[in-house]
Amino acid sequence: MIEIQNLSKSFGDLLVWENVSFRIENNETVAIIGKSGCGKSVLIKHINALLYPDSGKVLIDGSDIHALDYVEQRKKRQLFGVLFQGSALFDSINTFENVAFPLRYFTKQSEEEIRENVMQSLSYVNLEESASKQTSELSGGMRKRVGLARAIVLQPKYIMYDEPTSGLDPQTAEEINELINQMADALDITSIVVTHDMHSVLKVADKVAFLDRQTLSWFGSVDDMKHSDHKELLDFVTASEYQIKG
Amino acid sequence: MHSLNELGKYSSLLYQALRSSTEFSTYRKNLFQELVKVGYDSVPIIVLTGVFTGSVMTLQSAYQLQSAFIPLSTIGAIVSESILIELAAVISSLVLAGKVGARVATELGTMRVSEQIDALESMGFNSVSFLVVPRVLAGILMFPVLYIVASIFGIGGGIAAGFFSGTVPPADFLQGARMYFYPWNVVFGFVKMFVFGFIITSVSCYKGYYAKGGAEGVGKSTTDATVLSCIFVLLADFILAALLL
Repeated sequence: MIEIQNLSKSFGDLLVWENVSFRIENNETVAIIGKSGCGKSVLIKHINALLYPDSGKVLIDGSDIHALDYVEQRKKRQLFGVLFQGSALFDSINTFENVAFPLRYFTKQSEEEIRENVMQSLSYVNLEESASKQTSELSGGMRKRVGLARAIVLQPKYIMYDEPTSGLDPQTAEEINELINQMADALDITSIVVTHDMHSVLKVADKVAFLDRQTLSWFGSVDDMKHSDHKELLDFVTASEYQIKG
Repeated sequence: MHSLNELGKYSSLLYQALRSSTEFSTYRKNLFQELVKVGYDSVPIIVLTGVFTGSVMTLQSAYQLQSAFIPLSTIGAIVSESILIELAAVISSLVLAGKVGARVATELGTMRVSEQIDALESMGFNSVSFLVVPRVLAGILMFPVLYIVASIFGIGGGIAAGFFSGTVPPADFLQGARMYFYPWNVVFGFVKMFVFGFIITSVSCYKGYYAKGGAEGVGKSTTDATVLSCIFVLLADFILAALLL
């Protein structure tokens, strides 16, 4: 379980958000939504301690990740898989090696076991055929899927998706949404999805955290969101629906 | 204030690198790759630099010392000692600041702006141990080796230039080189290259590791890394000369 307690963050004089508190239960999918620049990606970088808050805590299974020493913190980070906005694939190695990367360094698996696990992860994202391709040969959607295969190869407890559908065509975005659901169901993963794509939210999320006006403006289930009278949330959802329907 | 802040961040990165240098299994593979990139891949440019430095110096010395009262062996002594004590180390390092420093800063800067460093940290890697330690170690270990290459080809270039231009016969050149040879000068050259290797790789790692923005940010970090490396190499050259000679 992930518990965020009164988290505040500023960069110099710029307040990103303050007093953000919510809880993510095991095996649920929470979407963090909000306008561009509201600090969604900054928030998930606090969850695995890539960034430190000015005040507040992030409890991962009860322990404050920012209070741990670096070695313990790194162990906690291994509970997370992260799909970055730009996929963050290592461009000096091919697709197979990108997915094998965490296995080579964090497990003592034989070459055969590594191959088996990598191909299994690639099969989840339908990319077994592309294992030998250089990452520069992959399309945007394929890069996201390889990033996802790498994120799940160590069978993480939590997975964080940073704008998983941004920059993708509707069909590929839909495939990614399907994959997020598949991962959650097949691997019992707790998911955090940062997005401003409401179609994606409706497709994958159990709960929604809405960041607005430098704080957590609304938090609740997707069903509650549909019937909410929270003005800013409604404006955000309505604007997205206009975009979807044209 | 800004410079103090930069110095603090640079010191902090070096401290992290020193602390994580014990995690050999994390950077072993990268270290071997870096030894090849910093050392083996730099040999052609160092050979070229050495040969031309030695050749030009011989021709210029011969031109300046045209006198019946100055033995030709003096040219060999001046050229070989200048190469061993100063030129093989400093000119090579300035060239390597462009070749090695720019590469290191660009690689790390690109990894930073494309979130590859965040990806490493997210997986539970110590990114400093994985990226910075092998590059700095490769610099410290390979720069002295490149000094040997630069010295051999510098003196060799001097001998060849003297011979082909007809100004200094090889026997006279070598006689002068032997006569004024002090082993300490070679030790001094090694010490310099050890320090320069550390400066160039650590400054470039620092600039790349903390690069910001997109392509423009990477370009800026690369330029800063090269310029700062050259400045600090010249500064360190002066300090070492004042301390050790």
